[in-house]
Amino acid sequence: MAAYRLEMRDIQKEYFGNRVLKGVSIRVEPGKIYSIVGENGAGKSTLMNILFGMPVIHNTGGFSGEILMDGNPVRISSPQDAVDLGIGMVHQEFMLLPGFSIAENIKLNREITFPNMVSRLFGSRLQSLDIPAMRRDSRKALDRLGLSTLDEMLPVAGLPVGYMQFVEIAREIDKEKTKILVLDEPTAVLTESEAEVLLATMRRLAGEGISILFITHRLDEVLAVSEDITVLRDGEQVATLKTGEASVSRLAELMVGRKLEAVGCDACAPSPKGDKTLLKIEDLRVDMPGERVRGLDLDVYEGEILGVGGLAGHGKIGIANGVLGMYPAEGKLILDGKELPLNNALEALRSGMAFVSEDRRGVGLLLDESIETNMTVTAMQCQEKFLRRMGISLADGGAIRRHALKMIRDLDIRCTGPEQIVRRLSGGNQQKVCIAKAITLEPRLIFVSEPTRGIDVGAKKIVLDLLVRLNREMGVTVVITSSELAELRSICDRIAIIYNGKLEGVLPPDASDVDFGLLMAGEMSHSRKEAS
Amino acid sequence: MADLENNGLPRESMGERIREVIKDFGIPRFIILGFLILLIVAAKVLGLSMPQLLGSILTRFGMNGILVLAMIPAIQSGTGPNFVLPLGITCGIVAMTLSIELDMTGLSAFLFSAGFGALLAGIAGYFYGVFQNKVKGQEMTVGTYVGFSVVSLMCIFWTLVPFKSPEMIWPYGGSGLRVTITLEKRFAGVLDNLFSFDVMGVTVPTGLLLFFALFCVLTWLYMRSKSGIAMMMVGSNPRFAESAGLNVNRLRVLGSVLSQMLAAVGIVVYAESYGFLQLYMGPLFMAFFAVASILIGGASLKRATVTHAVIGTFLFQSILVVSMPVANLVVADNLADVVRIIISNGIILYALTRKEAGVDVR
Amino acid sequence: MTSAQETRTTQNAVPPIPPAKKKFELAYALRSNVVPLFFLVICVIGAYYSGLSLPFLLNEIVVRMARNSFLVISLIIPILAGMGLNFGIVLGAMAGQFAYFATVNWQIAGLWGFTLTCLLSFPLAVFFGWLTGKLFNSAKGKEMITGIILGFFANGVYQLINLYFMGNLIPIRVPEMLIPGGYGLRNTVDLKIMHYALDNLWKVRISIPGSIMPIVVPVVTLAVIALLCVGMHFLFKTKLGQEFRATGQNRHIAEVSGIQVDKIRILAIIFSTVLAAWGQIIFLQNIGNMNTYGAHVQVGTFAVAAILIGGASVSKATIGQALMGTLLFHTMFIVSPLAGKNLLGNVQVGEYFRVFVTYGVIGVALALHAWQGKAKRKT
Repeated sequence: MAAYRLEMRDIQKEYFGNRVLKGVSIRVEPGKIYSIVGENGAGKSTLMNILFGMPVIHNTGGFSGEILMDGNPVRISSPQDAVDLGIGMVHQEFMLLPGFSIAENIKLNREITFPNMVSRLFGSRLQSLDIPAMRRDSRKALDRLGLSTLDEMLPVAGLPVGYMQFVEIAREIDKEKTKILVLDEPTAVLTESEAEVLLATMRRLAGEGISILFITHRLDEVLAVSEDITVLRDGEQVATLKTGEASVSRLAELMVGRKLEAVGCDACAPSPKGDKTLLKIEDLRVDMPGERVRGLDLDVYEGEILGVGGLAGHGKIGIANGVLGMYPAEGKLILDGKELPLNNALEALRSGMAFVSEDRRGVGLLLDESIETNMTVTAMQCQEKFLRRMGISLADGGAIRRHALKMIRDLDIRCTGPEQIVRRLSGGNQQKVCIAKAITLEPRLIFVSEPTRGIDVGAKKIVLDLLVRLNREMGVTVVITSSELAELRSICDRIAIIYNGKLEGVLPPDASDVDFGLLMAGEMSHSRKEAS
Repeated sequence: MADLENNGLPRESMGERIREVIKDFGIPRFIILGFLILLIVAAKVLGLSMPQLLGSILTRFGMNGILVLAMIPAIQSGTGPNFVLPLGITCGIVAMTLSIELDMTGLSAFLFSAGFGALLAGIAGYFYGVFQNKVKGQEMTVGTYVGFSVVSLMCIFWTLVPFKSPEMIWPYGGSGLRVTITLEKRFAGVLDNLFSFDVMGVTVPTGLLLFFALFCVLTWLYMRSKSGIAMMMVGSNPRFAESAGLNVNRLRVLGSVLSQMLAAVGIVVYAESYGFLQLYMGPLFMAFFAVASILIGGASLKRATVTHAVIGTFLFQSILVVSMPVANLVVADNLADVVRIIISNGIILYALTRKEAGVDVR
Repeated sequence: MTSAQETRTTQNAVPPIPPAKKKFELAYALRSNVVPLFFLVICVIGAYYSGLSLPFLLNEIVVRMARNSFLVISLIIPILAGMGLNFGIVLGAMAGQFAYFATVNWQIAGLWGFTLTCLLSFPLAVFFGWLTGKLFNSAKGKEMITGIILGFFANGVYQLINLYFMGNLIPIRVPEMLIPGGYGLRNTVDLKIMHYALDNLWKVRISIPGSIMPIVVPVVTLAVIALLCVGMHFLFKTKLGQEFRATGQNRHIAEVSGIQVDKIRILAIIFSTVLAAWGQIIFLQNIGNMNTYGAHVQVGTFAVAAILIGGASVSKATIGQALMGTLLFHTMFIVSPLAGKNLLGNVQVGEYFRVFVTYGVIGVALALHAWQGKAKRKT
């Protein structure tokens, strides 16, 4: 028997010329827990998609590298192949049917059946379900997870979230062949005590000989259960270490490490920042699914570029969406000494704020309308611009065209003309249209979320330059939310790190990687909690 | 990986552009246009009177146009083609019967019917709009059956309504109104005959066409106004509209109100030109022909303009007008009706199965 | 009438509902059956005011249950497969009618003719179902409106074929089927040779004391319906049934679990279309003649309204609900014109009322479904 249950050798993957995995190798021993950590977009999901043979990999030109199971090279070209080889995957979102019982879910599409008269005539799909046998198997799987009190005939709908996670795992270990279990962020939705039970279960399963690939953001959990750790950053395998050699701060440092060269406009003066607070956010709570903000206090100074960073799911995206009235919010906003009503996008825009959404295609643009329409309609609706009054307010085509042409020139938008449909623009140019839309509002304070997501490297720099120019030349205060710390560090005056929906700390852009890593991993809160 | 896109898109070449235009125009519209040309050739060969056909086309075009325009506010506000059109139509019919009961005649009866019908339809459209906001995503299916329900409920109303005008009740007693009421002594033709003239044998219903043109201009102006643009924003991306501080639900209600008001005016114009008022099950399928017309004109389930309505009404009505005598001469009388059913429902099916661009992302 | 009495009448008047597993709880039972109970009350009131004698009414109900149940049951599979109310069963009915044209043309009579009609309709219905399923797969989430429009569209094509191709491109031997001009089917096609082919195999007359008129029960027809119910029950206990249900609950999860969702959806529609074809054949053998251009038009609407009145929804349906709905809907159909006449002095009002209820109940059910769907998305 080979020493390794699973080996992935020099895995490389490109999406449309964009290298997302640059030679990753991992080796998982039988009965061991192997952790893979990394920031969003570091390539963890892509690596797992490759292991699971997801169509998205093969529809985009496949990958290079080798996968070996128990020492033998294998080809995994579909999820079915992966299942046949004994790879079980617990997805980030639950793959359970709420109306089915736990047993039916565990046995979904692997039902135990027995032949009957009809099936002998018309084929095996008309075989009858053997419910007692399905119950027996499910019982066994649940018992293995230590859930002997959970009735396998209960419907999944109404189960607590923690239990659903266990049902998912039960389904995977019920597959007789399962030798490797992939857990993708399994603790993200669990409470702390539930997470502990899960970790204990993982150890027990490993003890039974199942190898586990554990993917997570929570570094303390990694240290608690795994033997080996691989850190990915931007598709690169930054380090592979044994748990003994690792600590939370070291892992954090490896995850966020500096890379991008400084952008920004070289010739212009530093940002005209004062000490005057422009926007004061007090105890903000935003109910944005997946990005909840849970009581955030933050000051934005007039004239600065403030970066907002943090790991995915911790609520950094929720802040701008809450302030600009896109998701239900509670708390207090004071703009320039005046309190602003929450949950009112119109008031927010009228008070001189603007928003460039992270969801460019879903929120930021009218994809099937022209560039000029996209740029001007928001200002038209909330500031009465571009209108001619003739009894009723009619759109002023001339003014719209002039403004659009000016914006296209100023922001260097590559297009066939102001009448082009924005759907046909490239990502970078679409982003510029979004920014132009915000500038058209002539804001004092602009929130920009994930400005460089999904656009290519060259365009990234242009977009960031544009934001800096906006700040320096027009004196606009800018708040940038981004998953890419390096990009925040290249242009921001201060960087606020969000953890668990709250402000974890504010750092200058030249603070050390270790400090950023610690804040992102929530070590401050943890130590505060321990101290109290 | 939806975020990864093709950057540095090459500029579109002329050939691509032409192909794009053809794609936008759509294969079904080419088929329909081809079919129309074929019909016209056949009519010519069969020796049918062209001026007469053209005259009928113009009349039917003006008579149906406003009902098709009624689709625009509904589609633009994102509720899809207005299958609940019978609601507004019913309001228009109620207003017309009322004008007869009040013994009004001529242009004043017409204007009263259109005005009062639009008022009723506005109220009905408001309530339906509020209701419609509770069934987002199923507007078309729910609308179809609410429309049917309204028509059948009104059948009971027509049976029980205590109107006394001898033109409307059955001549030999019995309760309720007649199925078809003639408007001859009322306001039939007040628009058609207004400034009407003959040129090369074609009778041009000037007043009717002017009235339709007036509503086209009004609709076009509205769609360019601040409120109309807000409606377009809500329809093409509700999240974008929210981010611009618009009240999405209120604009959807407004779309419903305007659509139903146009429907009421539309049916009054229709009856004026047709010369008869059809009660009971008459309005049952009217929505489908209006929906089909605007789709034929090039609209999709999410986007419609006045041009789409004008082109669509013209094409659809032309086919109906020309196919009827051609079918009569070539085969049998009923074929035109069958063709109408196949074309109108075929185009709706086509629109339903097309991948809609820019759907609501939630 | 108190609520307790109401429930008792339910139990007395309706065919057995599949036994509930839980202990009977009055309030719960009332709440979950509010739609059928409401219509039950309407039917009871209507029956009272219609002045019809009970034996006559029972006879009519038996006849109509035998006629219509099959069609209503054909809706169940697509509902469970998550495709909503299949308004496309109109195409199934057309398949059945096309098969009748063939057997009448060949003048094959009696049970043999009936059986051959069923056999002939099968490949046609499979083909129509496959087309419908394909269409629905390209209009996911809009299956119902697509089904409605498809019904209208198919009706146009059906008219085209029968008015202009029959006796022309398609040879017809029996001249009585054709319009005197030589081509095109007549408005009515006589099915006398197969009238009661199934019903008359075995009829049991149950005499009621105190009434001259016995209740005539077409045992074989009812047995066929019972067989279908058993078959449906069996189907949902098989692997395939589980796949239907899984697809209905969540397309995405079913797909990830390796179920071929698109194929399953097409299969669901094929099942439904075939059953509808046979349902229409049973319906027409009972009527004895066919309204060539009208018999199928309302099949979808009536069947959908019936199953909804029985308490089914866009995403949930049982055999019990289908049978219960057929019973209530058709009772209402029988009594409402006469009740309307006796209550309001106008037959028409009763007629219109039942049309209104047919459409209204569908509208309300669809609205409720959309409403709940929206609420679910929010939480």
